[in-house]
This record gives sequence, structure tokens and C-alpha cells, in this order.
Amino acid sequence: MAPITPERRLTYYEELRHRGYSRRDFMKFCTVMAAYLGLEASGTAQITKALMNTPRIPVIWLHFQECTCCSESFIRSSHPIVADIILDKISLDYTETLMAASGHAAEAAMQKTMKDHYGEYVLCVEGSVSNYGDGEYCCIGGKSSKQILQEAAAGAKAILAWGSCACNGCVQAAKPNPTQATPIHKLVKGKPIIKVPGCPPIGEVMAGTLVHLVTFGAIPELDRVGRPKAFYSKRVHDSCYRRPYYDAGLFAETFDDENAKKGYCLYKVGCKGPMTYNACGVIKWNNGVSYPIQSGHGCIGCSEENFWDNGPLYRQMSSFPGFGIEANADKVGLVAAGAVGAGIAVHAIATNIQKRRLIVDVIDEGKKAEKELDNPLS
Amino acid sequence: MKGQRLRRVFVWELPVRIFHWLNVLAIFVLCVTGYLIGNPPALLSGAEASNRYMFGIIRFLHFTAAYIFMFNLLFRVYWSIAGNKYANWRNFVPTNGRYFTEIFKVLKIDIFLQRGKEHMSVGHNALAGFMYFVIFLASLFMVVTGLGLLADNSTWWFTRAFIWVPAFFGSDFAVRNWHHAFMWLFIIFTLIHVYLVFYHDYVEGRGEISSMGGGWKFIEEEQFQAEKPE
Repeated sequence: MAPITPERRLTYYEELRHRGYSRRDFMKFCTVMAAYLGLEASGTAQITKALMNTPRIPVIWLHFQECTCCSESFIRSSHPIVADIILDKISLDYTETLMAASGHAAEAAMQKTMKDHYGEYVLCVEGSVSNYGDGEYCCIGGKSSKQILQEAAAGAKAILAWGSCACNGCVQAAKPNPTQATPIHKLVKGKPIIKVPGCPPIGEVMAGTLVHLVTFGAIPELDRVGRPKAFYSKRVHDSCYRRPYYDAGLFAETFDDENAKKGYCLYKVGCKGPMTYNACGVIKWNNGVSYPIQSGHGCIGCSEENFWDNGPLYRQMSSFPGFGIEANADKVGLVAAGAVGAGIAVHAIATNIQKRRLIVDVIDEGKKAEKELDNPLS
Repeated sequence: MKGQRLRRVFVWELPVRIFHWLNVLAIFVLCVTGYLIGNPPALLSGAEASNRYMFGIIRFLHFTAAYIFMFNLLFRVYWSIAGNKYANWRNFVPTNGRYFTEIFKVLKIDIFLQRGKEHMSVGHNALAGFMYFVIFLASLFMVVTGLGLLADNSTWWFTRAFIWVPAFFGSDFAVRNWHHAFMWLFIIFTLIHVYLVFYHDYVEGRGEISSMGGGWKFIEEEQFQAEKPE
């Protein structure tokens, strides 16, 4: 280990040893992270090497229009080092929720990090930005959220958009979206943005994404909408342990019927698993204890865009835009088909009245021809 | 009155008829299985889930019918260039003012049932042709959204090429909702289409219904002389 001098920033490993973690704890952590990231066996060594040799990356964690559930999820991720390595004193230079400093001191700390580590720090954003007017709906320290974001984003190496707020706007962006809650990628251009959606995202997924950033010095492989492929490439449905019931066509109809007790698929009570890309079925929640479907409640699709306006939560079909809350596509379609059916009936009757002359002519003609066949000489 | 002399005209070529009935079959299967996928029946069964694959089969049928529907549609696009003049794309896409004049005429005579000189077309009338164009666009929409929903589960490069669709709509939620809503367009189209075929057969007596079986229509001598089909 290199000697520790005031000029040199500590590596993650050094910081952890100082905090009293054993090497064994550290190695366990590296192994767990490699597994979550889906790396091969040698990945553990790569992560170990990176965390032992790279000085910690400064992190600025901003909070805008949100509920802090992302932070809550993060500090409860299954391995204690996860929270310590990023959120505790080690890496975090600024975060409203957990930092010790407050007021001008805190703002000064952020400015200092932004200046000293320009182009190096990772910017984590939790929450959506109010884009309404001058951004007066969300102000911190006298600045609007939009202003803060743009200042902080300028010198960021990469931006991590935590949770559905920062990725899609989430419930604050639900119609009619009075504050014009706007996701990060619509306001910041020209910076790598990693979206980690979910309400909240799984703590291990957040940690894994950060560890990947530290280990490989590059953003992880992202899918078509900018989410890390390691965690968002499969639908909840595809890793669901109730999937065999879905394929068999066995569904719970209500939450207290016989089928629900048997653990049948929750598709008919509105499970959005078939449309939701997340790792819930694999990594699960609360140290891998369970996840919503395992606990008997359908997936609400919290990591998907616009899930809040695609209600109702307990029915499979969404309500249809412009036709009220209760009207889904089937009801609208059925009414339209009924109206068309009635129209056809009216049209058929009207045809017989209006086109009577023509129809009678055609019939007469046919009858005449028939007679001619019977009496060819007449 | 004087008896009408009818001439037999070959209108619908065999590929057009095969397209039509394959399309009927595909749309029927797609609507039924699609509706079931959106709103599956509640089954009570004592059998082990591992012995059943009911919903899996429904989805399999849906995907199979969808591929048939798509390739059938592609073939019809080709035939709109290669086929005879009744199959030509000009029957469907308005390219001149005459097309619109005919649409208004058909609206007047056949939809609002005005008395007057009947509008007797040999192939599609302009209004019907235009409606088929509309349903063709709706079919494209269904194909694209359907492939988009399937893309993530598919291993075929062609289907995977539509992976941008859910991202374009925002999420699978929206794609699924629209894909489902458009089904009703096809149901309503079918209702009107079948009714109007019966209407023409009944009012005009020229073998409208059977024409999609054998390809023949019966055209009045005077109109035959006026139009001189090839």
C-alpha cells in the first residue's frame, strides 16, 4: 500500500480499512458486486484491484422534487459497505439528506468540490426538475433546481439519474404536471447519463452501477433508453417465479380468492410485470427477502415511464385517454362497435325503402329470366 | 322492362383471393387471441400448472398469426404493382381529383342512399379502396407495435430491429395500450365491410359475395362497353 500523505486522496480500500472493515469484508463486498453486475469470476479481481488502487471519485448527490426513497433504498442495500463506501463520509461531498454541514457551509463545500474536481466528479441526481417559469417551484439555497442542475452538470464526468423522478418525472409529472416536472435527460445534453429508474430503484442496483463506474472508469453498457443492461434487460415477468401459472393460464381473479391463495399469477389483478424492465425478480428487496409479487401484490411498473398515468393499478388494461377514468379501450371499442351495429341495422332498413325500385327490378329480372328457362319458346 | 345482359368479368386474381382469405383468418385469430391476452378467462383447474400451457398456446397462436398477417400484407403490397388493374395500388391511394369525386358519389348513393343513377364499379369503388388504404395503414401500425412488444423476447434480428418502438412510445405500457385499442378498428372495419358486401350483392345482384370465391363479377353489358375491361 502506498504511504498516505496529505496530497494523495485515499483509495476506497484504504478508507474502508480506516473505518474498521477487515480485508475479508472487503473481499466479500467485491464478490457480491461482481455477482450483481453479472461479471465472470475474474470480475471479482478486477473490482478488487480497482477499489484498492483508484482514489475515491468525488460524488455530488443532488435532491430535487422527490421523496428521498432512492436514498433510503440505497442505504439499506444488503451489504453494509455499499452505504459506507458511497454515502458515508468516504465519498460524498454534498447531499442534502445526509451531509453534516448545512447552510452556507454546505453550499461552499459543493462549490469547492465542483471547482477542485472539475470534470472528475460523479453527479447523482435524485428527483425531477421543475421547469415551470423560472423554476420557482423547487428552490434550494436561493437557486432554482434547474440552475443548480446545470451548474453541477457542467463539470460532471457522468450523471447518474436515480429513480423514476430523475429518469421519467414520476408522480410529480403526472397529468396535469403543474410544476412541469422534467427528467434530467431532457435538460442536460452532451453528458453521459445513466438512468436507474424505479420508485425507488433497488439499492443493490444503484450500488452496482456506481461500482461499475469506479471499477471500469466507464459507464456500464446501457439499453435503448439508457438503463444499465445488467439490471434492466429483462422484464419482471421473465424472472417471475409465478410465470408458470401465467403460461398455464391460471390467474387469481381477486386478492382473496382460492386462486390467489394457491399463488397463481396476478396478471388479472393488474400486475404490470409483463411490461416492466427491472431486476426485482432476481435481486429482490430488503436483503433478498421478497419482492412485491412474492408478497402477493402485482407489480405496478414503477420503473417504467408514465406508469403513474397508465392506471388503474389493479386492472390489466389502462384507462383510455380522453374517455374518463373508467373507460378502457374495450369499453370504448364495444360502444363504438354497438353504434356501428345499430347504424348497419338502420342502413339495412333504409336500403329496402330507398332502393326499393332497384331491388324490385333486379328481382323481377331474375324471375323473368327464370321463366324464360322454363318456357324457352315463349 | 328489358332483361339485362350480364358479362362475366374476371376481377380478383387467385393471389388476391388467397390474400383476402388468409387475411380474414389471421385477423380473426389475432383478434380472438389478442382479446384473450388482454383479458384472459378465469380458469379453475385441479391440474398441475406444469401440465398446462393454455396461455402459452394462446400467445403462440397470436405471434404465429401475426407473422402470417405481416408477410401476407407484404405480399399484397408487391401484388399492388404486379397484379391486374383491379389490384393496383391506384385503387387505394387517391392520386387525382376524380378519385375524390367518386368517393362523394359513392357516399351519396350507397351510404346516404340517395336515389339516382347507381354507381356501378367493376373492382373496388373509390370509397372502399380508400378505406382499405386506411386499414392498411392501421395494419402497419399493428405490425410495428406488435413487433416492438415482441422485440425484447425475440432472438431473430428482424424482430429485434423493432426494439426502438417501446422507447419511442416511452414504455411498453403505451405501446400495449395502443396495440390493444387498434384491435377495435379491425373489428369495426369487419362489421362494416361484411355488411356492405351483402348490401352490394343484394341491391345490385352482380355476384359481389361470390366474387371473392371464384374471382368473377357480372357486369351489365352497357357498362362493360363503357369501361371495356382488358
